[in-house]
Amino acid sequence: MNNNISPRLLEAKNEPLWYFNKNSLIIIGVVILSLFLFPFTSPSKFAIHLMMMIFMHAVMAQSWNVLAGFSGQISLGHAIFFGIGAYASAYFYVKLHITPWIGILAGIGISGFVAMLIGIPILRLKGHYFAIATLLIGISFQVVFQRWPEVGSSSGLWIPINRDSPWTSMQFHKSKVAYYYISLIFFVGSFFLVWLLNRSKLGYRLRAIRDQSDAASSLGIHVSKYKIIAFVISAMIMAPMGSIYAQYVLIVDPNNAFNVDISILVLLISVMGGVGNIWGPIIGSAILIPISEFSRIYFGGTGRSIDLIVYGVLIIIICIFRPAGIVSLIPRSFREREKAK
Amino acid sequence: MSILLKVENLSRSFGGIHANSDISFDVKEGEILGVIGPNGAGKSTLFDLITGFTKSDRGQVTLREKNITNVRPDLICRMGVGRTFQKLKPFAEQTLLENVIVGALAKEKNLKVARDKALEIIDFVDLIEKRHHYAKELSTGQRKRLELARALATDPKLLLMDEVTGGVDQRTIPGLVELVLKLKKNGITVVTIEHNMKIIMDISDRILALNQGKRIAFDIPKNISQNSQVIDAYLGTIDAA
Repeated sequence: MNNNISPRLLEAKNEPLWYFNKNSLIIIGVVILSLFLFPFTSPSKFAIHLMMMIFMHAVMAQSWNVLAGFSGQISLGHAIFFGIGAYASAYFYVKLHITPWIGILAGIGISGFVAMLIGIPILRLKGHYFAIATLLIGISFQVVFQRWPEVGSSSGLWIPINRDSPWTSMQFHKSKVAYYYISLIFFVGSFFLVWLLNRSKLGYRLRAIRDQSDAASSLGIHVSKYKIIAFVISAMIMAPMGSIYAQYVLIVDPNNAFNVDISILVLLISVMGGVGNIWGPIIGSAILIPISEFSRIYFGGTGRSIDLIVYGVLIIIICIFRPAGIVSLIPRSFREREKAK
Repeated sequence: MSILLKVENLSRSFGGIHANSDISFDVKEGEILGVIGPNGAGKSTLFDLITGFTKSDRGQVTLREKNITNVRPDLICRMGVGRTFQKLKPFAEQTLLENVIVGALAKEKNLKVARDKALEIIDFVDLIEKRHHYAKELSTGQRKRLELARALATDPKLLLMDEVTGGVDQRTIPGLVELVLKLKKNGITVVTIEHNMKIIMDISDRILALNQGKRIAFDIPKNISQNSQVIDAYLGTIDAA
């Protein structure tokens, strides 16, 4: 546009594409290192279990966040991909005698494919209509698996206990530490994946669609195509958590694997933590999952739904006082502080 | 000057309302074409039809002799037609720079190159100091510039601007008008919807006047200002009594 480069333009061009706050990077590094060292502090079995659940739910909420936070589509059926992941690894092991590690990869692939098939027709829907469609499709998956003999119908698949080759069978009976590390690796991996997505060209396009799909379209973005891409990525992040959970409890049944509660829970975690922010699902999971686990201990069974009452109250408080989620309480970013100077 | 855009008998109805009826006109390369008409005349619908946001019932739109009728908006953008919206549509939760980068990514593959291009355009629209401000923090005039910058970042040959001076204070208007003239100097063909008659008469090479979805005049500004139908429909008549 301009032949002469003004000093202020030159200064702007010399700015880095992304700001990296050194302190934040150090904190992230220390936290990750601490999480890897945590099992060496001789924690209780419950502590290991709790941390695992936090990691897994953070990944699941991060998956939901990719769709809702980046492309603006609210899904109420994300349990579909949890269930597919769970059934894929279990089916590969029980029926085909193939290691669950391959089953995890198959679950990721199948979930992505199913997301594409579902996404093509329903991502034309907007807002509530999309949410209702995902809810109903999620329920229909549960019904289909309840009546499908090949996958054990209502009884589901019972994974045979294998004590001889824990790593091949992905079954660790003596200690939960291996499960802890597996879920931690997925937790860290999904965090960096979404972090990269946020800074990629795809991230720019998805955020544009979320904010103003018409304007995005006028800027050369094929809105439907990118929504499907977001849905597929989201599904592929969700699936491995189903696989890990299946290997953890060694039973997969349609009522648990495709439970609508999973879809609602990942939504609640993201909303509480902060939708559209990569930290939101992590914060939300770190708050809500301990509430769920402790209420289960104090009130027995499934916690007599006390956790759901607490969730409800917290969500109401968040919606009234912090609609952008708890993450909005964190001090503003480097860029904003720079701007304020 | 060769014809860049040709619109022939373009029509669109919503129920019983004829938003556009048999609209025909052409846009020459390098010119500024003004579009005028009272509220509800069908000006914004015309833009939506050209850019693929609304499907036409009848008629044809050709860009450099290529039929672009009812083509998807994103493809029309990639063919070199940019647009702004009457009701502003910034990506509110993103910074001005991020908004314009999205536009630049329509043609640029590399993010750094797209960022640098976006900065040049932001400098062109004179908002470089605001580059890290969120779109929701900008004034209406600044958002108009943002939308313009975002559309320019797609490298348009033809730019459709819907009410560039609408809703801004008087002090902001001369800067925006100057910007439109700068676009022309840079070889960009502009079609602009405008309600401010003084501005449209000053900047336009030709003017298309619409009323109730129909074309009532298509001529140079001097003739438009003397056209009885335009005066009657849009400018109003002075009661001699």
